[in-house]
Amino acid sequence: MAQRLIYLDNNATTPTDPRVVDTMVPYFYEKHGNAASRNHPFGWEAEEAVDYAREQVAALIDVDPKEIIFTSGATESDNLALKGVFEMYARKGNHIITVKTEHKAVLDSCQRLEKDGAEVTYLEVEANGRIDLAKLEAAIKDSTILISVMWANNETGTIQPMKEIGELCAKHGILFMSDATQAVGKIPVHPKELGIHLMAFTAHKMYGPKGVGALFVNRKSPRVKVTAQMDGGGHERGMRSGTLNVPAIVGFGKAAELAKLEMAEDTRRLSGLRDKLEKSLMAQLEEVYINGDPTNRMPHVTNLSFKHVEGEGLMMTFNQNIALSSGSACTSASLEPSYVLIAMGLGDDLAHSSLRFSLGRFTTEDDIDFTIEAIRKGVNHMRDLSPIWEMYKEGIDLESVQWSEH
Amino acid sequence: MAYSEKVLEHFKNPKNVGTLDKSKKNVGTGLVGAPECGDVMRLQIEVDEETHMIKDAKFKTFGCGSAIASSSLATEWLKGKSIDEAMTIDNMDIVEELALPPVKIHCSVLAEDAIKSAITDYRKKNGIGVPEKQEKASV
Repeated sequence: MAQRLIYLDNNATTPTDPRVVDTMVPYFYEKHGNAASRNHPFGWEAEEAVDYAREQVAALIDVDPKEIIFTSGATESDNLALKGVFEMYARKGNHIITVKTEHKAVLDSCQRLEKDGAEVTYLEVEANGRIDLAKLEAAIKDSTILISVMWANNETGTIQPMKEIGELCAKHGILFMSDATQAVGKIPVHPKELGIHLMAFTAHKMYGPKGVGALFVNRKSPRVKVTAQMDGGGHERGMRSGTLNVPAIVGFGKAAELAKLEMAEDTRRLSGLRDKLEKSLMAQLEEVYINGDPTNRMPHVTNLSFKHVEGEGLMMTFNQNIALSSGSACTSASLEPSYVLIAMGLGDDLAHSSLRFSLGRFTTEDDIDFTIEAIRKGVNHMRDLSPIWEMYKEGIDLESVQWSEH
Repeated sequence: MAYSEKVLEHFKNPKNVGTLDKSKKNVGTGLVGAPECGDVMRLQIEVDEETHMIKDAKFKTFGCGSAIASSSLATEWLKGKSIDEAMTIDNMDIVEELALPPVKIHCSVLAEDAIKSAITDYRKKNGIGVPEKQEKASV
């Protein structure tokens, strides 16, 4: 077999679209100015380029360009939003509500805030990965200042009920923040329509470059402010100091423009390929399960568990040819499976058996056909080797077995 | 993470995959690990009742590549050994042979446990006493 390499890990990062790269190149040498240099053409040129990119990014999510704060990426945006709001609104309260399946950039920021006096509620999710709105409302207190819920989950693609959460926040007068890293550029994301006040996202998940992201901060009714987390030149309306990464911002703008133009077509094509992948595997193999909500989910993602097959071992059967992620982090000494899948109530065994396929703009039908065949072979190979598959086929109830935990 | 050549070879072409009839008196079975932990090994030995030499060994493993390679290697090493010799196989021998990285040492520990558990099962079935020094694998 010819050495072929298929990339199905677009939720980790997307390739930078060549059209994006082309727009960035002049800003490294010919147009290398500092956007904050106010008194010569190099600076003016850079500032103009940043302004234009800000308009492109704002247009994608239908907000005012002044509401876009450029950062180094979604992790910084999450940190800035959570820590910045906690500091800025300390008078009003110290309680934050978030969800157990959030990205570590949110969860770890919240843990840091707990050390600084915050009280944080980590909501459970239902079996489909979505939160229960009644449980969210029940968690709200007089001291609640912020609710932070991710738009779409990175591991499962499950989309949260954003509109309904926005309504709850409005009803109780609480700021609503969302980590929309996996959603922006892939599906329509219009934070203002849904009452979202702060939203983190990044370029490199939408065919832009790494190292640049943004935080949307609502400017009017209410006017939201966050305390800067870095001190310096007072860039980005004082909320994020640091010389702007002009080439990357230009690329981010172009990526946003392309996403707006091509989103509908990408969605149609990728959801078709994703469905083909899922249906073929489920038809050709026994005991395959979809993790996450089957309807409220991203068009290009599927997370599947192959029962009685260990994910990392399965990946070894094809990772010379196919790049994707496993839900079990067997490389860590703790052998802990995905906390997202565990929070959804998956047994450890199914969580260890999961793979995440995330398709992208450059995925072809041929890639998917190759993948279906490779996964089918890999699962069968691993099941031929698996004692628990054999026991399952013999009708032994695995729950009744006395395992020697180690 | 990159696997060693030896791990890859055992993973692609595992030796002695299969099942022996556990109801037979001269077959010892060791089943160790747990699905929740992400690895389960079943290792079986068929022993000559006269000489207590291991005639055949088979395994099936649910786990990562290193777990599969460790059990495949273990079955190769077991064949032709007496059960007393087999008891001396140490997990660190497996680590060395397969060049396992530190995060995969537990795979070799599991293989050692599986060997000892299979031999213990055979001894129990045949009423053979345990020798004075019965090592317990450290986990």
